[in-house]
Amino acid sequence: MAEFKLPKNSRINKGKHHKANGGSNLTTFKVYRWSPDDGENPRTDTYEVDLDSCGPMVLDALIKIKDEMDSTLTFRRSCREGICGSCAMNINGTNTLACTSSIKQFKGKEIAIYPLPHMEVIKDLVPDLTHFYAQYASIKPWMQTDSVPLPDKERLQSIEDREKLDGLYECILCACCQTSCPSYWWNGDRYLGPAVLLQSYRWLADSRDEYTGERLEELEDPFKLYRCHTIMNCANTCPKGLNPGKAIGEIKKMITQRHAL
Amino acid sequence: MTKAYKITEHKFDAIVVGAGGAGLRATMGLATKGISTACITKVFPTRSHTVAAQGGMSASLGNMGEDNWRWHMYDTVKGSDWLGDQDAIEYMCREAVPSVIELEHYGVPFSRTEEGKIYQRPFGGMTTNFGEGTAQRTCAAADRTGHAILHTLYQQSLKHDASFFIEYFAIDLVMENGECKGVLAWNLADGSLHLFRGHSVILATGGYGRAYFSCTSAHTCTGDGNAMVLRAGLPLQDMEFVQFHPTGIYGAGCLITEGVRGEGGFLTNSKGERFMERYAPNAKDLASRDVVSRSMTIEIREGRGVGAEADHIHLHLEHLGADVINKRLPGIAESAEIFAGVDVAKEPIPVLPTVHYNMGGIPTNYHGEVVNKVGDNPDQVVPGLFAIGEAACVSVHGANRLGSNSLLDLIVFGRAVANRCAEIIKPGAKHSELAKDALDKSLADLDSARYADGEIKTAELRLEMQKVMQNNAAVFRTGEVLQEGCEKITATAAKLPDVKVADRSMVWNTDLVETLELRNLMSQAKVTMFSAENRKESRGAHAREDFPDRNDDQWMKHTLAYLGDDGKVAFDYRPVHMNTLTDECEVIPPKPRVY
Repeated sequence: MAEFKLPKNSRINKGKHHKANGGSNLTTFKVYRWSPDDGENPRTDTYEVDLDSCGPMVLDALIKIKDEMDSTLTFRRSCREGICGSCAMNINGTNTLACTSSIKQFKGKEIAIYPLPHMEVIKDLVPDLTHFYAQYASIKPWMQTDSVPLPDKERLQSIEDREKLDGLYECILCACCQTSCPSYWWNGDRYLGPAVLLQSYRWLADSRDEYTGERLEELEDPFKLYRCHTIMNCANTCPKGLNPGKAIGEIKKMITQRHAL
Repeated sequence: MTKAYKITEHKFDAIVVGAGGAGLRATMGLATKGISTACITKVFPTRSHTVAAQGGMSASLGNMGEDNWRWHMYDTVKGSDWLGDQDAIEYMCREAVPSVIELEHYGVPFSRTEEGKIYQRPFGGMTTNFGEGTAQRTCAAADRTGHAILHTLYQQSLKHDASFFIEYFAIDLVMENGECKGVLAWNLADGSLHLFRGHSVILATGGYGRAYFSCTSAHTCTGDGNAMVLRAGLPLQDMEFVQFHPTGIYGAGCLITEGVRGEGGFLTNSKGERFMERYAPNAKDLASRDVVSRSMTIEIREGRGVGAEADHIHLHLEHLGADVINKRLPGIAESAEIFAGVDVAKEPIPVLPTVHYNMGGIPTNYHGEVVNKVGDNPDQVVPGLFAIGEAACVSVHGANRLGSNSLLDLIVFGRAVANRCAEIIKPGAKHSELAKDALDKSLADLDSARYADGEIKTAELRLEMQKVMQNNAAVFRTGEVLQEGCEKITATAAKLPDVKVADRSMVWNTDLVETLELRNLMSQAKVTMFSAENRKESRGAHAREDFPDRNDDQWMKHTLAYLGDDGKVAFDYRPVHMNTLTDECEVIPPKPRVY
């Protein structure tokens, strides 16, 4: 029998416990920690946070921990309003943005926080997104045209054509969907993944873009596109309520229709 | 010290620091022109705070009715309360049209009119016919215009294969004999230090909203470029002018766009009264931001605030209907629900004036070249150094910025600086040798912050600074409160050497990043408070209750604030440019500012 176990240096140890400095409305946060500097295994530290003196979101709790209890805790954050995509992480089993994830929804139970899954970790909750960004660049996510627009006039686009971009252009590249996809976990080196394919479709759906054929040809590949097995974790987890799975379906449909011509 | 830290040197023609709207527009502009350019940014480009801009970008396209860049210029000069430089304002308003058309060609998903043109909405202070009617001038992609523009600019930068150094924290400018020679930066991912040499260094590092306790700005808005300029012995300009956005969500501080009022939303007090009709009979809820923020503050002060503590105001959009909300304002409907628990189709949003934008910053001319006052010359260019976007003070916003003129500023001057650098730079020109000790001071500062082992936590001192700024440099100011503010901020800043950093690593040490950012914020907080105390008049966002009137005779001039090594703030002044760039428009003479 094969034995499935994490390699020795990946096993997560029990870490330090940080008690709250008073307060009665306590919730425990269990947070993944790993430092590249000390050669130690990862661990989970626990922090007791008094919610009466904490903002409503998980990010507020992380900041409170960093500010008051343990300034070495490392995570990305910026806009704190769900538009920059920095604070994507795994909170109680779901990939989401810490800044728009309310503490209340967990009803006082322990909240476990890990980095986005199946990514190399740089430190604590900071994953290495280099490969994800390179995949994004690989699909040429910019407008491609041969026709030259009048220099002093916009290209026209009907309200209906513009509506086709709704649900696509709002993507914030947080990588929550990408790193929730089992197909991406398995074949992330070659499968483009839900976030990048959503972006591909954003350009396929844009009435102004003139490179639909070339884009589809680039995508028609057993790995780049067809590793999507409609598991739909992507749509479930997207913190902006987008549906990458549907966009991928649309790309497949476009390819089929193109062959039918 | 230089030996203790290994430094990798990179040679480029141009270095852009920051990858928000201005930084990316400059980077792609330079890349298009074949100038070797490095863009250094502490966050991945699409995470820059431009992404959070909602309402839109102004340009007199005239897609929704007659418009003229001269009207836009008039509104901007009036909005600036006659502190804006009229040559720069003319440049911006004229260039607005080609700049926005260019963005559309790059692929920005603007909302559309029935004819398929770019949709434009009304915004505060934007009028037709020199103040007569309401202009629809603000080009919008629903209420996510900043996001749409920022992502498009990053995509264009990818297209033109610009070199990015992402999650690199800029530490200091490298200055020699008054010339900028490069930037020292720290790569968070592996902890290494890098010297970026460039013939042009362009600071696009944004504002410093985080000097205040409550702001719409991101955690990363710490004005690092402004602080580097102060450390280089150069001045910052008009730092007393801090814009409070009328509609930050009560409590959370998140932005609710002025576009809500542009689309027909309005404010009410505890009596249900549309009080803006009293303060601005013509423009009402679409008066300039400083006017609306002051009116709200007076309503609250006089006991007509809403809520259990009577300490905020209601913003209504229930009457707009589901269609307008879904099509034009979907993003703020989401934000209001998440951060205020409000269904905007049914109830008003609780709002409060919240720190939003810094009109002040690094003084530049309309090419983006940094200027300093040297002898009798108030416009002496600092060779090699440029600033654009919120970090810069061109000055196109003067004492108060109009909504949707910020995205415009980023794009127009990002584009202008790329053009200017292309004129000046000889591609591939040799970089001069630096003095051996050129980096010593910066490295010593970094090292002492890294091993700081004092008594005060960084977060604790930051909070102290933020509370002083919030209490003593607010919407309304008096000499007494500002003098107290100067004493308090001086005392707070004096505690910086006693800060404690627990993380000693060089890899992704955000404890150290936040400490360096605090050092940056502190110097800007200080010059802001002192500049506010110094300016004894009321103009735009600077409202002195002890000097309630604008005083053009004495104060129609830009403040230059220098911060000495001894921590003392010194002042000088530059005249406001009361001239136009061409003879196609006329200078707009000062007059009383009523909406």
